[in-house]
Amino acid sequence: MSAETMEGHAVMEEQSGKLWSGGKSPFKSSYGKLMMWYFLLSDAFTFAGFLIAYGTLRFSNATWPVPDFVFSSFPFLKGTHYPLLFVSLMTFILLASSFTMIRAVQEGKEENKSGIVKWMIYTIIGGLMFLGCQAWEWNTLISTEHMTISTNPFGTHLESGVYLDDEHGHAYAAAAERETFDAGDSYLIHRADEQWLKRRFELTSGPNTGQVSQQEFGPKAFGALFFCITGFHGFHVFSGVVFLILIAVNVANGLYAKRRNGYEMVEKIGLYWHFVDLVWVFVFLVFYLL
Amino acid sequence: MSAHTYEESKGIARRTIIILGIVTIVEVLIALVGKGYLIPGVVPYDWLIGSFPIGRAIMYIAMIALSLYKAVLVIFEFMHMKYEVKGLMRSVLLPTALLIWAIIAFFMEGDYWKESREMIQDKNMEQVDSKFAPVGEVMKPEETHHSDH
Repeated sequence: MSAETMEGHAVMEEQSGKLWSGGKSPFKSSYGKLMMWYFLLSDAFTFAGFLIAYGTLRFSNATWPVPDFVFSSFPFLKGTHYPLLFVSLMTFILLASSFTMIRAVQEGKEENKSGIVKWMIYTIIGGLMFLGCQAWEWNTLISTEHMTISTNPFGTHLESGVYLDDEHGHAYAAAAERETFDAGDSYLIHRADEQWLKRRFELTSGPNTGQVSQQEFGPKAFGALFFCITGFHGFHVFSGVVFLILIAVNVANGLYAKRRNGYEMVEKIGLYWHFVDLVWVFVFLVFYLL
Repeated sequence: MSAHTYEESKGIARRTIIILGIVTIVEVLIALVGKGYLIPGVVPYDWLIGSFPIGRAIMYIAMIALSLYKAVLVIFEFMHMKYEVKGLMRSVLLPTALLIWAIIAFFMEGDYWKESREMIQDKNMEQVDSKFAPVGEVMKPEETHHSDH
């Protein structure tokens, strides 16, 4: 293996003409790095397919759960008054781990074994922290807010009105206590004792003014799209962490030092890791910002 | 392939991560200020010119542009695409241009689904003129079941 790679490098250095003449890896790059790039390209299309499906279904519904209402909890803090705070923290963790990864690649170019291992360990810690955050986020959505892949308790009011029941499903004692809401306001249908508490309300605007109605579930596809897309991304982070650990162990054992190719394996897992960060840029945009 | 020295590349990495962090903060601020969370009473999300939601459009365009800028930074600096041969860059990045058409086509289709749903809802709300209503008694499912015996 090492002899082959060394030969490959010698050939690459000889390549001076503009056109590729075959018999060696094209684009003055190595076979492994090229294949990683094309794998990432295909993976980008997979993610794009998912995100475009999200956009299409969102376009096809009159209302859609508002992200700063859905994602507004923070660990150890009571209530839901922290819109986007936790997902921003997750984004910073992933960005930071991308920085530690590029530092590991740079140490690799310098053939500095202990430096690579140090920065790779920081990257692994970043990846695990991100996964931990995602686990917390999923747990909140599943066990506290009762969202599943087929049930979406996050709804939106189409017209303004006034609630007839309080948060616990009991009718208000006095009309003066009744809570009002505006068109476009979000709500979460609570669940208690295996029962959905759909609050009743009276509409005060629109063609059906005066009509008594009750809260309905939001667009059904939201839960499936959220768990599928963030889950698929989380799975990429998870497999990235597994490969980072394997490669870090190999670096520490001196396996790549023998190949004398500037720790190309670290560079390749680096490409993958930055790609995972790149996908998160778009998941963050589509799910949390727009 | 990088022509930079070790110290120079370290500097580039630091600068890039700081820019990425700042851009992310700006994006979140746009989202929160836009929805009226940070400045009470100011909700650019609801701003209209005529019936066109200008505030929302500006917010969305700004956030999409900043995200694309982040993507370019990650690909060209972190993934070192800037320092690769042009042919490699083209062969990886040009195919993604196909997505532009996919986005346009699918979002238009999504909008059409929405129109269809709305049309069905409107039709369901319509009052039927009794002159054209079906004549005779409409049988309930359980009655048809009984008549079988």
